[in-house]
Amino acid sequence: MKGKVIDVTLDNVVGEVMNMKNDGQRLVSFSTYNAGEGKIGILYHFDKALENTHLRLVADMDKPIPSVSGVYFSALLVENEIRDQWDVKFDGLVLDFNRTLLLDPEVTKVPLANNLKIGPKN
Amino acid sequence: MATTVIPFGPQHPVLPEPVHLTLKVEDEIVKEAIPALGYVHRGLEKLCEIRDFNQMITVCERVCGICSMIHGACYSQSIEELMGIEIPDRAKLLRVIWSELHRMHSHLLWLGLFADAFGFEALFMQFWKIRERIMDINEATAGSRVIVSVNIIGGVRADLSPDQLRWILSELDIVEKEVRELQDTMMNDYTIKTRTVGIGVMTKAQAWELGAAGPTLRGSGVAQDMRQQGYGGYAFLDFEPVVETAGDCWARSTVRFREVLQSADLVRQAISKLPEGELAVKVKGNPPEGEVYHRVEQPRGECMYYIRGNGTKNLDRLRIRTPTFANIPPLLAMLPECELADVPVIVLSIDPCISCTER
Repeated sequence: MKGKVIDVTLDNVVGEVMNMKNDGQRLVSFSTYNAGEGKIGILYHFDKALENTHLRLVADMDKPIPSVSGVYFSALLVENEIRDQWDVKFDGLVLDFNRTLLLDPEVTKVPLANNLKIGPKN
Repeated sequence: MATTVIPFGPQHPVLPEPVHLTLKVEDEIVKEAIPALGYVHRGLEKLCEIRDFNQMITVCERVCGICSMIHGACYSQSIEELMGIEIPDRAKLLRVIWSELHRMHSHLLWLGLFADAFGFEALFMQFWKIRERIMDINEATAGSRVIVSVNIIGGVRADLSPDQLRWILSELDIVEKEVRELQDTMMNDYTIKTRTVGIGVMTKAQAWELGAAGPTLRGSGVAQDMRQQGYGGYAFLDFEPVVETAGDCWARSTVRFREVLQSADLVRQAISKLPEGELAVKVKGNPPEGEVYHRVEQPRGECMYYIRGNGTKNLDRLRIRTPTFANIPPLLAMLPECELADVPVIVLSIDPCISCTER
């Protein structure tokens, strides 16, 4: 994959993202993938002068992930999208659509996490 | 002062596609805008699990009609990178020709819609009349006006004959002449300037921090265009991004207007450098295990593909981030403190494409 990849953890992801912001990096987006049983991989893609840097976080899907929307406001949409697609919760999301950014409230199956059913929305 | 909540969309005269904004307004001044998406979500990324990597070109071309060529090219380039395939130079430049024709017809469509947003119907019709020549080129060369479907993994499936190349060049001369005739109106007309200058301003620092893309980013003075990376056939061409500095609706429309002329120049350059040779290389096997991150410049801005292969004919993951998705947070920053009457013009100034945003 083009660009430098830096591994991060739940404890330091917000700090590392803050470092990227202080370095003048632009947040391009996140990508997600299935990282094994009950785990999600998240790549935070950054850009500066067309050079790419990626932060890679592998986390449990059933535990909340610290939101970086307080650092980069633009992260709010992609974090809400991940919530829709994987039913992963984000701590501190500045605007939480509660899993209805793209999906209808009555949807009870998460599209990208196979065989994972979720309860009706409150 | 009392706050009034005004629903904007999902159906609105200026919106070709559905998006909803909840506008909190005080005395005709917008104080807050909250978006609601999901009206045209199709779950196309999920299809990579059941469609093979060749069939996914057809899917990616339908992420967005008007950017279909560049979606197909971006997906093909990503798979080619994953599989270590080097495509022929002729195929690279043919992709550039169709991509830039797409950019031209997308911008011409948008310029017409933008004129329509502030009631300039004659200008709307002029831009769309010019656009028809590009659509005719697409139809004559690929058999379809919008979704040209020329990309395959390893190259392209269609060629351009010397007669077709000469005809494209002559059509481009007419298009450029007709576009230039509208330049003074688009940039200096009193009505247009009144509706666009100083409206929806976003500074250079805001645009960068909010992750804006494409003409929305370059209209705020940031000289960044993914074509500067020299991906595909762009490595053979001279290219400098079009930049305006005012950061308002006028600047964003001017970037697109100038990019129509720039794209015509890029098509001419690509035709002049088009070598003889094969259209595609043979591709054997499946995409190996691995991941690819690829970015291209679509008419609306930077588009990102992330692909994860697993050695089978299906992909583990296809992630697409389209430019409008990136431009929604900047839009939310542009709207506060604007007049309610300016909301349609500001919304349209990011050239929103909701079907590709939601995929």
